[in-house]
Amino acid sequence: MIYLDNAATSWPKPPEVKEAMVRFMEEIGANPGRSGHLLSIEAARIIYETREILSTLFNVKDSSRIVFTLNATESINLALKGLIRPGDHIITSSMEHNSVMRPLRDLEKKGVELSVVPCSPKGELDSRDIEKKIQSRTRMIVLNHASNVTGTLLPLREVGRIAGEHGLLFLVDAAQTAGVYPIDMENDGIDLLAFTGHKSLYGPQGTGGLVIGERVNEKEMIPLKHGGTGSRSEFEEQPDFLPDRFESGTPNAVGIAGLLAGVRFVLKQGVEPIRRHESCLIEKLIEGFKEIPQITLYGPEEMKDRIATLSFNIENLSPSEVASLLEEEFGILCRPGLHCAPSAHRTIGTFPKGTVRFSLSAFTSDGEVKQSIEAVRHLLHQKD
Amino acid sequence: MVYGVILFPSIYFALRAEKKSKEKGLSVRLIPVPRHLSSDCGVCLRIPWEERETIHSLLKEGSVKVEGVHLL
Repeated sequence: MIYLDNAATSWPKPPEVKEAMVRFMEEIGANPGRSGHLLSIEAARIIYETREILSTLFNVKDSSRIVFTLNATESINLALKGLIRPGDHIITSSMEHNSVMRPLRDLEKKGVELSVVPCSPKGELDSRDIEKKIQSRTRMIVLNHASNVTGTLLPLREVGRIAGEHGLLFLVDAAQTAGVYPIDMENDGIDLLAFTGHKSLYGPQGTGGLVIGERVNEKEMIPLKHGGTGSRSEFEEQPDFLPDRFESGTPNAVGIAGLLAGVRFVLKQGVEPIRRHESCLIEKLIEGFKEIPQITLYGPEEMKDRIATLSFNIENLSPSEVASLLEEEFGILCRPGLHCAPSAHRTIGTFPKGTVRFSLSAFTSDGEVKQSIEAVRHLLHQKD
Repeated sequence: MVYGVILFPSIYFALRAEKKSKEKGLSVRLIPVPRHLSSDCGVCLRIPWEERETIHSLLKEGSVKVEGVHLL
């Protein structure tokens, strides 16, 4: 079997991720920071260490500004619903995933004004188009770091600079890039970074977080959830300090133990070496596909402009037909369709049909890429 | 040895304080908050009383929020 659906969730995970989760279940197991006993402290220590290692990865000065969530979607919802009020204006791109689009469309119904800046048919964004949309009521710019459809990287640092110059908040959806592309809260000018744990950070599903930059006043940010935090137990009001303000209820501690092992794996391998590995393979995949005339490729060709997620279509076949033939005959698992990003597909001209998407990871091998190209060739011969 | 305890608003700061102190080789330990004291979080940092000034300034430097320092 060849797993090429890493943009949905990475698999396999490094063995140490499972080991850390088993160790948590067998030896720790307690509720982190709720009880003051040995095991409760040990569970809290694992969560603390995960905040610390993530602050190294994203260049965050104060790790209390990293709050854990279930996934990037929850983080984006927290940032948007916590900070945006009716009358505010938000700018985003046409390449966004529904994790951004749906909460924004919901806010729009509640009196928030939204500008969706069109991207090129390859999914590229011109940062000047963002700047042109800024008006007096603009509060925030929201962008994905790389498209989950085309793999196109958006110009984060340029937009971060524009946001900074205009005093706007900059929210980045790093679901596709955290762990495989360098992200620097300070130098990229990011105010809110939404990440997920189960993709290129190699943690389990149900882990993710939001980094809340120093320019955001957390006291003015409304939590999605209110409840017990293990702190200020004598008060019935929500704590106003980080990270507790946004972490009500028992966390996914076993998941976070796995995430810690996943991030340690990423830092041990190195973000740059992982990216080089994936770039090299996606380049081979693109080269191989370019030789097949019936294939249409989407997104940028240059490695510096993209991550290792590739969308394509095959002449006279629907994406779902391609995906099921690849699975049944060649054991290749990928994702056809709209990838929860209808706006991105409209931008690249593939709505409502969608595309077939191959997405790689640190564990994808050269052989698997070669076999995948061969599989597509065979599939076309069979059709002839 | 005479001990004291430092109380914190949350477990995050207690763990941060423990780490900062241990990095400096100070002999500290996280313990449940003694019954006669009350704290927002269930654990506190037991410290050698004579090191209280050193640790207090260390925690200030490390942006650790402290709720109080008490003699045990």
